[in-house]
Amino acid sequence: MTVVTQSAEVAATGAREYLTFRLDQEEYGIDILKVQEIRGYEPPTRIAHAPEFIKGVVNLRGTIVPIVDMRLKFNCSRADYNSFTVVIILNLRNRVVGIVVDSVSDVMELSPDNVRSAPDIESAIDSNCILGLGSVGERMLILLDIEKLMSSVDMGLVAVED
Amino acid sequence: MADTYNEGAGAGADFDLSQFYQIFFEEAGENLDQMEQMLLDLDLSAANDEELNGIFRCAHSIKGGAATFGFSDVAELTHQMESLLDRLRRHELQPVPAMVDVLLDSADASRSLLARHQSGGQGEAVSTADLVRRIAELAAGQAPTLSAPVPPAPAPAPAPAPVAEPAPAAAPAPASAGGAARALQIQIGPMERMEQADAIKELFRDIAGLGTIEDLPATVPQTRLYAVQTSSTDDDLLDLFAFHVAKEQVQIRSMEGAAPVEPEPADATVQAVSDMAGGAPYGFFPGAPGAPAEQQAATAAQPVANAAGARSAAPRTGDAKSAQMESTTIRVDVKKVDQLINLVGELVITQAMLAQNSQGLDPAAYQQLLAGLADLDRNTRDLQESVMSIRMIPMSIVFSRFPRMLRDVANKLGKKVDLVTLGEATELDKGLVEKITDPLTHLVRNSVDHGIEAPEDRIAAGKPEHGTITLSASHQGGSIVIEVRDDGKGMSREKILRKARERGMDVSDAMPDSEVWQLIFAPGFSTADVVTDVSGRGVGMDVVKRNIAALNGSVEIDSAEGYGMRVAVRLPLTLAIMDGMSVGVGNEVYILPLSSVVESFQVNPDDVSTVAQGSQLVKVRDEYMPVISLERVFQVPRQDQDKSSTIMVVVESDGSRIALLVDELLGQHQVVVKNLESNYRKVANVSGATILGDGTVALILDTSSLVRRARH
Repeated sequence: MTVVTQSAEVAATGAREYLTFRLDQEEYGIDILKVQEIRGYEPPTRIAHAPEFIKGVVNLRGTIVPIVDMRLKFNCSRADYNSFTVVIILNLRNRVVGIVVDSVSDVMELSPDNVRSAPDIESAIDSNCILGLGSVGERMLILLDIEKLMSSVDMGLVAVED
Repeated sequence: MADTYNEGAGAGADFDLSQFYQIFFEEAGENLDQMEQMLLDLDLSAANDEELNGIFRCAHSIKGGAATFGFSDVAELTHQMESLLDRLRRHELQPVPAMVDVLLDSADASRSLLARHQSGGQGEAVSTADLVRRIAELAAGQAPTLSAPVPPAPAPAPAPAPVAEPAPAAAPAPASAGGAARALQIQIGPMERMEQADAIKELFRDIAGLGTIEDLPATVPQTRLYAVQTSSTDDDLLDLFAFHVAKEQVQIRSMEGAAPVEPEPADATVQAVSDMAGGAPYGFFPGAPGAPAEQQAATAAQPVANAAGARSAAPRTGDAKSAQMESTTIRVDVKKVDQLINLVGELVITQAMLAQNSQGLDPAAYQQLLAGLADLDRNTRDLQESVMSIRMIPMSIVFSRFPRMLRDVANKLGKKVDLVTLGEATELDKGLVEKITDPLTHLVRNSVDHGIEAPEDRIAAGKPEHGTITLSASHQGGSIVIEVRDDGKGMSREKILRKARERGMDVSDAMPDSEVWQLIFAPGFSTADVVTDVSGRGVGMDVVKRNIAALNGSVEIDSAEGYGMRVAVRLPLTLAIMDGMSVGVGNEVYILPLSSVVESFQVNPDDVSTVAQGSQLVKVRDEYMPVISLERVFQVPRQDQDKSSTIMVVVESDGSRIALLVDELLGQHQVVVKNLESNYRKVANVSGATILGDGTVALILDTSSLVRRARH
């Protein structure tokens, strides 16, 4: 019953659940419903002439999945690959894409009250792809519209329309 | 039983339909199920067009199939159902419960008749005469009752009594045309050629306002019995009929308004039923298993005619005993099959990984484990084979479209062509079947158009008047070979060479035949006017070749002038699996489609010459071909700077060859082709990806784009 009341509450308040992960010092949140699974990093097969942040493709149970290193995309200072490096497999509009992050923190529920619109600042991320800033106690989350981000042209994941 | 639909069976004379029986039985079964469901759901007071159309379509498909396969009893019954449904959907009749009942009964009867055909005619046939008559009555707008317990409806079905003054609401009903509509029973015959009698029916269809006509079961052999509603006089009708049948052969009887059924047809029904029972094995023993149902059906005939409300369920009891149609196949979404194939592919990779990791184990210490792994190896292989076979469909699916096409083309061109198909049972991947149909159609059309000569030319050449085109399919090794062969005029070597020279192509008289024939695949060589008097086969041949090459296939031509030509298309068995050659560059592995690999050799630095802009050429047996370094094309990072590529693999595509420079040849194996674009985008010079034994991804090279890149 608690599940029912909880989800009813969520629907009423418009609160959503976010998966949070770290890139360098920053903490990001993405809609949990876009996440298919989380797995360890394994060296992908390099693809020639792809942007630097596209590490290549891996075999995910028979599906060929491209891997994007968000740390390279967001110009983080360090991008190490060790046994703690995590890949979040996203399921976006029938496409499966993996993103490499430093670590996954937790799943958080945020109501719209806790989300403020993002200030217009220059950054590596297109401001259209930022849903807002979420505050949880002392922490600040950058909430990403991951679907928009991944389908943007400069991501190089989709063919440019001629 | 009337053989109205036997003309359909004529198509089977030169073409074996039996292979499609099973498909027909399944489809008919599905259609019957669907129709039954829709009939049950039908809201009689507010039947919408969509529902009625749906039911009509079901009956129509069954009828069409049954007529094609020569199951005249089923066709006859469903035809009657169709007529009734047709009038319903055109709102000429108002649906009443009796109609649903009779349609459901008819569906049951069709089912049992089909089951009987499916079992090869074993068991006794259900009599349909009664059902046919009941439907005909309902379709003719007569309630099969005297007391007419028809629910009051806005546009009541023309009840027996007011036939002469039909409700104005039933506007399109032809009965209302003249005001003095009469219900008649017309018997045609006896006569030799029943088609002429059928022409009468056409009359009613063609002449507006003449009235309606419905089949009734014939009582006397070589005759036809029709129920007719018309306002024309007997003489007018006889005059009309005179176009087709002699007056003496027509008997017109009036069906007395209120009594829709004359004693005769009822007798006839009983007669027909008892005939049927007599023919059945137990017919002479009323107590024998088969008999009661028939008798009940026969006795039911009378009450049914009198009181629809009190109709017994007798006809159904007969069906309950009849054999159930057996379904030996299931229809499955292709997606599910593909998912299964994917999973098995994964299993194979896992198995390969286990096998690799267990190689170093001591056989004595790990005997059981190794035995288990060997079993796993065998089982996964079997499993993979079985799963792949699910996607395989027989070539007959492709071939079956050609008789019709050939007939049309041959008629148009005034040629006489026979089609022979061989190896229809050869199986091919579903994806390939869809893609091979167009190129094959093109080849066959070319054969008729340009290969087979006109009849008089053939006779002049001492050949039989009818040309023959042979389509055959067979397995050869890991590929399937589809041949299109004709006994037409073939191609002229000299003329092709001459045309090639005119076009400035590099040809010589010493070229072997096989190379000469390949010339017709050159783009632009294909316009009809170029080769009209040769054979004109070039029309779109380059497209055919390209389409087949895209499927990793190849085309071979063989021809003898005056004797015909043979085009053989060789295709891999499936698109999902490809024979690949893996090559290593740096630390990376790439896969080349084996079908495009010509040869490989250790390169001698002296053979490589550099020309302008740094591009390299290699001389192989007096032929210079461009060299493409995979290391450079794919920007492969090199850890070991001392090492360099020293092996060349010659690949061919679209008739040109290039040499690919690689570090090492790793081996040949079958690879499962995966789509790279489903989650990523198109990558230059790469046609797809595959998963290697260790679970990593390797890219499959697109040789045709590499060749184009080198040539331009």
